[in-house]
Amino acid sequence: MGRIKSFIEAAGWPRIIIALFLLGLFVIAPFVEVRVDASISDTLVRFGMNGVMVLAMVPMVQAGCGLNFGLPLGIIAGLLGAVTSVELELTGILGVLAAMCIAIPIAVLFGWAYGLLLNRVKGGEMMIATYVGFSSVAFMCIMWLLLPYKSPSMVWGYAGTGLRTTISVDGYWIRAISDFLSFQYGKYFYFPTGMFLFFALLCFLMWLFMRTKIGTAMTTVGSNPDYARASGVNVDRMRTISVILSTVLGAVGIIVYEQSFGFIQLYMGPFTMAFPAVAAILIGGASVNKATILNVVIGTILFQGILTMTPSVINSIVQTDMSEVVRIVVSNGMILYALTRVVKVKSR
Amino acid sequence: MKYSLREQISHFLVQYAVPIIFVLLSIVAIPLSRFSTEYLVQEMVARLARDSFLVLSLLIPIMAGMGLNFGMVLGAMAGEIGLIFITDWNVMGVQGMLLAMIISTPLAILLGWMCGAILNKAKGREMVTSFILGFFMNGVYQLVVLYGFGNIIPIKNPALVLSRGFGIRNVTNLAGIRHCLDDLFSFNIMGITIPAATFLLIGAFCLFITWFSRTKLGQDMRAVGQDQDVAGSTGIPVERTRIISIVISTVLACYGQIIFLQNIGTMNTYNSHEQAGMFAIASLLVGGASVSRATIPNVFLGVILFHLMFVVSPMAGKYLIGEAQLGEFFRVFISYGVIAIALVLYSWRRHKERERARRSLRGAE
Repeated sequence: MGRIKSFIEAAGWPRIIIALFLLGLFVIAPFVEVRVDASISDTLVRFGMNGVMVLAMVPMVQAGCGLNFGLPLGIIAGLLGAVTSVELELTGILGVLAAMCIAIPIAVLFGWAYGLLLNRVKGGEMMIATYVGFSSVAFMCIMWLLLPYKSPSMVWGYAGTGLRTTISVDGYWIRAISDFLSFQYGKYFYFPTGMFLFFALLCFLMWLFMRTKIGTAMTTVGSNPDYARASGVNVDRMRTISVILSTVLGAVGIIVYEQSFGFIQLYMGPFTMAFPAVAAILIGGASVNKATILNVVIGTILFQGILTMTPSVINSIVQTDMSEVVRIVVSNGMILYALTRVVKVKSR
Repeated sequence: MKYSLREQISHFLVQYAVPIIFVLLSIVAIPLSRFSTEYLVQEMVARLARDSFLVLSLLIPIMAGMGLNFGMVLGAMAGEIGLIFITDWNVMGVQGMLLAMIISTPLAILLGWMCGAILNKAKGREMVTSFILGFFMNGVYQLVVLYGFGNIIPIKNPALVLSRGFGIRNVTNLAGIRHCLDDLFSFNIMGITIPAATFLLIGAFCLFITWFSRTKLGQDMRAVGQDQDVAGSTGIPVERTRIISIVISTVLACYGQIIFLQNIGTMNTYNSHEQAGMFAIASLLVGGASVSRATIPNVFLGVILFHLMFVVSPMAGKYLIGEAQLGEFFRVFISYGVIAIALVLYSWRRHKERERARRSLRGAE
């Protein structure tokens, strides 16, 4: 009994309720004629698609910069890379790699500027990050119209200028990473091995990084900035590095997302993309100032599982699509829970 | 301490950076848009009447040191629920509006109390918490309005309900109360219609705020806004005061949304409240308010400047680059960018002050 209690204490009620809810959905699924194998496959694909963007939350949380609501900044860098790669007509794995190689320097630049900004506004990072994200997306809306991209598969047909809202990567690098060593089992089960390997590689690199000297220093800055300063760590530099890292992962994350999804979504597409990533890592057990790779993995599975299962299962039961509402309530409820809880612990 | 002229000028520039940028932008954009002065003045008068009340509802939480109340969308939702009911019952005109206010007041009080209680658990990060709370309650609102209405809560009017038999349609027509307050008595000056009744209401509300800030409760709020610990040790119930400030703000936002929608005449059932929050906050900041200080003149200046940009920018974009879409995006960028800049300036200043305080403690320099 004591062990169960301490487990509940450690995991927190909302997480357990969400896990039980997901379990319940999987149990009900066969009875309402939803295929379990297809559902599991969908969940896995979505897990791979979103994993890297959730991983992007880790460095900033660890360095005490809070949840990165400014993820759209990284996503924009990724989009620039992706669009340029399509413009150059690169295909297959080469196209994806080119997209990443173009996106990463841009992301480093954005992240550096964004990090400098966040260093000047310590204590108010999250709200400012949100609005930096929003305004950069709105600014890029103007740029997508004006940037001189020419490829006929990307610009508006009649005008010949201005990028389209959604651009298909079919014929360029659709599923270029996912299909590496992937396999099909039966008619409904598809396993994107390549995407998982890629995600695992990034997780491993992050794990290694967190154990290097810089990574440890970064964690120290997050847990106790005064102690970090006293032991000779350059607090602002560590924070900037964490922001750059987070932005770069956001850029890589969106490219992984796009190659699996098959479309590049421009304009208001990246607008709300930070919220699912934030919610996922919180569901996985992270708090506003502590996050691990395990949190990323668990959180992404749980959150994406719910997103996959609710539309199909709930629709079959009540004959109406409630997935959108469930998504909004679960993700924002989770963020709200994390924001209110952490302070309770802090304030004596 | 005496400040040199240069320090005073730089202080003025930092304090009013956002309004100055807006005035400059307007000076450039107005001639480009080719609108007539008469049209612009009429638009501004109409928008002042429509939006001021919503923006004014933000003042009290700022007084209590809780920053910009992004939770005002909760009040807007309450107001919308009231409006759905009166449309269903077919109550028209000013009576309809009053009834909507009466129905939504208890709901707004409840939501405001809840919001205040949650924000008390998240001291120091009120803004981001109220912001997320707005999103969260938007989900709950959708749950109630899209699935509850017509199912659990009876709705008789078939024109309101989706064809599947429950849930309110995306657009609710408020023809019954359209312009009812604006037209109660209005007059013309040089071809410009002035909705006097609405302005009287707004004026009364401004008086209320000035009166309120001088009452015991208002002074308590100021004290809490200055320093919670000090206020607490002088015997002010800090948490209760904070909750009251949010409740008042939520109720006023609810009335503000009803006034706003009676002017518009149609309601985007699932979007109106989100826009209300964003535009109100952006307007207030454009008027030169900061997260910790906002006055009534800030509100009116802000509404005029923000909406001037709002009206002018699509046309200016069209004539300048030949694409109206561009101006459209530009104004979205402006409204988010303004909030970002204002938040950054505020945090930056606070950060600097803290650093200075620490330095003086150290005794160096």
